[in-house]
Amino acid sequence: MNRFERQTNLRGLGIKGQNKLRNAAVLVVGAGGLGCPAMIYLAASGVGKIAILDGDRISVSNLNRQVLFGRGDEGQLKAEVAAKHLTDQYCDSEYLSLPFFLTSENAAEIMGDYDLILDCSDNFPTRYLINDTCVLLGKPFIQGAIYEDEGQVAVFNLSQKGQASCHYRDLYPEPPAAGLIPDCNKTGVLGVLPGVIGTLQASEAIKIITHRGISLADNILFVNLYSNENYLMEIRPKTDSRAKMPSDLEELRSWNYQIEPKTGMEVSWSVARNWLRNDPEKVVLIDVREPQETPRLNHPTSLSVPMSHIEKQQGKLEKYKRILFFCSSGQRSLLAANKMADQLKGCELYSIKGGISQSDSPINASEKWKRN
Amino acid sequence: MTIKIKAFGPIADKMNARELELDPPGNLDDLRKALHEKYPQLVHLDFAIAVDRKIIRENAPLSPGSEVALLPPFSGG
Repeated sequence: MNRFERQTNLRGLGIKGQNKLRNAAVLVVGAGGLGCPAMIYLAASGVGKIAILDGDRISVSNLNRQVLFGRGDEGQLKAEVAAKHLTDQYCDSEYLSLPFFLTSENAAEIMGDYDLILDCSDNFPTRYLINDTCVLLGKPFIQGAIYEDEGQVAVFNLSQKGQASCHYRDLYPEPPAAGLIPDCNKTGVLGVLPGVIGTLQASEAIKIITHRGISLADNILFVNLYSNENYLMEIRPKTDSRAKMPSDLEELRSWNYQIEPKTGMEVSWSVARNWLRNDPEKVVLIDVREPQETPRLNHPTSLSVPMSHIEKQQGKLEKYKRILFFCSSGQRSLLAANKMADQLKGCELYSIKGGISQSDSPINASEKWKRN
Repeated sequence: MTIKIKAFGPIADKMNARELELDPPGNLDDLRKALHEKYPQLVHLDFAIAVDRKIIRENAPLSPGSEVALLPPFSGG
């Protein structure tokens, strides 16, 4: 008898499925409320290699839900304590502690080593970074997320019949403005909710690794523990969702995912057009793309101030009342608006959401802009 | 015949209701406009919409009897 007997006996799993688990390498990003239960079940099921990435330390307020930790662990690194606890319990798997945070500089290198990623993080910048890295690397990932008594689970970017399933940006193309969606530090949470959602993430991981069962690819499941309601929906690919993310891994490394837009800092091209029409002397469009990036915009109220030189251009910009930064996707322009906020205190700074790729940009809707 | 709106997470908080019934607006853009007028707190929130359990990002007509789910992203973990 071995410790996997009850699952190798399961119809459709067998020794073959167990070997697939043994040969699998899974990266868990976030050793918190979702990551702890997910890791316990992955380790218990015999997943051969589990890496635990989290730069955070254990605090006493974690203990109602982060069930790998206990009194006495406070102040220690979550990744290290989790790896030690799992090694003590199931020494037949390999655990790797990665006690730091995921960044755009390290994401591709780390994630490239694993078959499957579990997004057990607790913030939008990390969720978008995991999504974009997985899409560019062609890796599947399983996302869990919670709010008060509700949770979401989805399998993204899973290759099925040679085609990748939907990803997070097909559902939510861009991160919400900072502070609009409170996290559980503000709203409170019962430990059982991430327990259920993290366990569902582990269940999806086991299904994908063993090719047994119907995965949540192209679907999202909402679970409400307060009302006992499950709500499963089908997701469809969105044609322009790739335009919202870096085009390759090199560009990804240059993105700053930690900047979340402040409410009202992002405006659409149609708002920009109205402002330019009503007050052309005081409003300016600033193209922060580098000179070699095309298509270039030839608009009388547009100036080129590449991101690489922007900090030296205060004098050129401070005469305007409203400065509207734009780039190819809306990412660097947001960075520019944040970066220049201290230098240009007398000006209103905005970033054009979605950038030049939007259908109503002066490039794509030139007729409309000519009438301005 | 009406349409049924189901609100999730912080959207339900902002609307102070998890479910409501509305006379069917013509399409999803009309529905968004009607919701923004009634609940201005939703204006800055980009949420996904599912009609009869299928996520729809573009505009689409709404039929009487449809169930529309308003789905915000969650970040907690």
